[in-house]
Amino acid sequence: MTTTATTGTTSTTSMAQALNAALRDAMDGDDQVIVFGEDVGALGGVFRVTDGLTDKFGDDRCFDTPLAEAGIVGFAVGMAMGGFRPVVEMQFDAFAYPAFEQIASHVAKTRNRTRGQVGLPLVIRIPYAGGIGGVEHHCDSSEGYYAHTPGLKVVTPATVADAYSLLREAIEDPDPVIFLEPKKLYWSKADVALPARAEPFGRAAIRRSGADATLVAYGPSVPVALEAAEAAAGEGWDLEVVDLRTIVPFDDATVVASVRRTGRCVVVSEAAGFAGVGAEVAARVQERCFHSLQAPVLRVTGFDIPYPPPMLERHHLPNVDRILDALDRLQRDDEPDTRFLGGAA
Amino acid sequence: MAGPRPKAPLPSPAGRSTAEGRPPSAEELLPSAEPVRFLTDSGAVVRRRSAYRAPDEALLRRAYRRMVVGRRFDAQATALTKQGRLAVYPSSHGQEACQIGAVLALNEDDWLFPTYRESMALVARGIDPVEVLALLRGNAHCGYDPERHHTAPQCTPLATQSVHAAGLAYAERRKGTGRVALACVGDGATSEGDFHEALNFAAVFKAPVVFLVQNNQYAISVPLDRQTAAPSLAHKGVGYGVRSERVDGNDPVAVLAVLGAAVEHARSGDGPFLVEACTYRLEAHTNADDPSRYRTEGEAARWRRRDPVARLEAHLRRRGLLTDEDVEACAAEAEEFASRLRERMNADPELVPLGMFDHVYGTPTPQLDEQRALLRTELEAEEALP
Repeated sequence: MTTTATTGTTSTTSMAQALNAALRDAMDGDDQVIVFGEDVGALGGVFRVTDGLTDKFGDDRCFDTPLAEAGIVGFAVGMAMGGFRPVVEMQFDAFAYPAFEQIASHVAKTRNRTRGQVGLPLVIRIPYAGGIGGVEHHCDSSEGYYAHTPGLKVVTPATVADAYSLLREAIEDPDPVIFLEPKKLYWSKADVALPARAEPFGRAAIRRSGADATLVAYGPSVPVALEAAEAAAGEGWDLEVVDLRTIVPFDDATVVASVRRTGRCVVVSEAAGFAGVGAEVAARVQERCFHSLQAPVLRVTGFDIPYPPPMLERHHLPNVDRILDALDRLQRDDEPDTRFLGGAA
Repeated sequence: MAGPRPKAPLPSPAGRSTAEGRPPSAEELLPSAEPVRFLTDSGAVVRRRSAYRAPDEALLRRAYRRMVVGRRFDAQATALTKQGRLAVYPSSHGQEACQIGAVLALNEDDWLFPTYRESMALVARGIDPVEVLALLRGNAHCGYDPERHHTAPQCTPLATQSVHAAGLAYAERRKGTGRVALACVGDGATSEGDFHEALNFAAVFKAPVVFLVQNNQYAISVPLDRQTAAPSLAHKGVGYGVRSERVDGNDPVAVLAVLGAAVEHARSGDGPFLVEACTYRLEAHTNADDPSRYRTEGEAARWRRRDPVARLEAHLRRRGLLTDEDVEACAAEAEEFASRLRERMNADPELVPLGMFDHVYGTPTPQLDEQRALLRTELEAEEALP
């Protein structure tokens, strides 16, 4: 992988390169920033996000660890207590689960249980979600677990520029950040001039303005939502697409303003729908926009099944057709949604 | 036990070889399967000379005083629980040598990573006992400032803090501060994955950390033979290349000698050290436990005959290092300590419900601000009630 020069000139950059540039610039700017995890050294990470960091900064700034995720995160907790700013990599979404106790019981709670005396400025990078034909345990959408855990910030970029900006901000943040990198967007490219900073944490971005309905999406679902909005334009729908960027902190203001304007809302998320982030968004929208809504808030999500084998994943993931189908159910003709009529006894 | 503070060179992360460039043998890592002892059960000096340097007189006298105060503190905390002043209290009665030994082995700015059973150690570290008991009283998750006392919050999940200790020790080593960390775990926690990951990380990165396993024979009700088939808990260090030792955990002289050497080993750049202290929890796991369901009174009585405070007292008296007046003075100090604690704990703690929203994040989210406002409204309505 060639590295992107961060000189401010515009160049075509992949999301993986932008993340690499963010790590490089953060390490350049602050000696306390250290990177560690499995295969992040000589190999540069299985997705090459840490490519070249050991060469440039040395083996004590970017280093391989034993293969033990709880150990990696727990070690990062200790190093953060000792004044460092660790950025650790979990190799895949489902391989982060051994670290879950460390994340839920310590990473998330240390500031609170010490009444603000010990903060943990650390970043846990996790490649997540599907769409790349990965075998089982390599495609989980695990954002719900983290978003449901108070004390964590949960961030997921959908654009190349955001990948850089959000990761820089995550490393500078005084709180622990779960940084979820959509695997299928690692090779997405854009012309960007780095270093560049976008809106801070807690601000959603309107990726497309529209008047008829709001699609709320995040991470890997944002490009799908944008594609659906393009297709819907041909059917006479003028759609707005909101990219959450940070699931926690959540930007109620932007989402609510959009839905109050459009009166209709579809939430798009790859994760299983039941009790997920999509459900939270839908609940928040109906709580805050009830009097502006022309139709129930709908969700287009993955099915409530373990992530399917790669040859079947296209049937599982939200796609343009499924989003268009949801748009058809947004009651422009004021008819009730027949799919929900059988729901009550 | 303040010592010089050499700025140790950074180890190569994979470096775990001896001076001759070969990995240490199992025998070098654990020289003996027998616990190190300086004293017999009755406090006489054992015949066999130890490879460890005996602690000096002043340290032994200090240890005695703190063990007496610690034991009285522990009894007072148990009493406060019975009076409903504490939600729960895990006693360390019987483990005084380990509790006090851990604290005396460390410099003030070294780091201690305690579990919920280390209240006695924290008090010995000089932390206000009311702050120590906040967790068990139920008014805060951690009543003291960990940064100020270089003492992590008492950990209720098992073994998770041992990995933090490894990471923090590695951070101190990289900063060249000469500080070490000491992590306390129990016998049950050595079955947890995090304990093994901590040993492994500490060894691979040569982190200056001491793991003190207080093997008090039971994990709540589960005895050691259901916990492990290993020859000893110290053997677990050997598999990770960690220098390990067993010690009679009810022999205060041996505990001070071995922990002192372990801390020195870590501080001098030789990597982690695992100490298995063989001891016994004389009380129930907590006030909610009933030990008669899983162990005999005879067993506890046998361990009472190896009481660490009595052993040290007998030893010091034999050597003329402790007089009747000293013993009385220590007992009086302990009574005074307990009485002050009782008095302060009998007052209800001040609670700040709106403080629950502080420190979830460095800066509260808008959602937390909304929820704080909601609770404020509820509190105001409560206030307004006749």
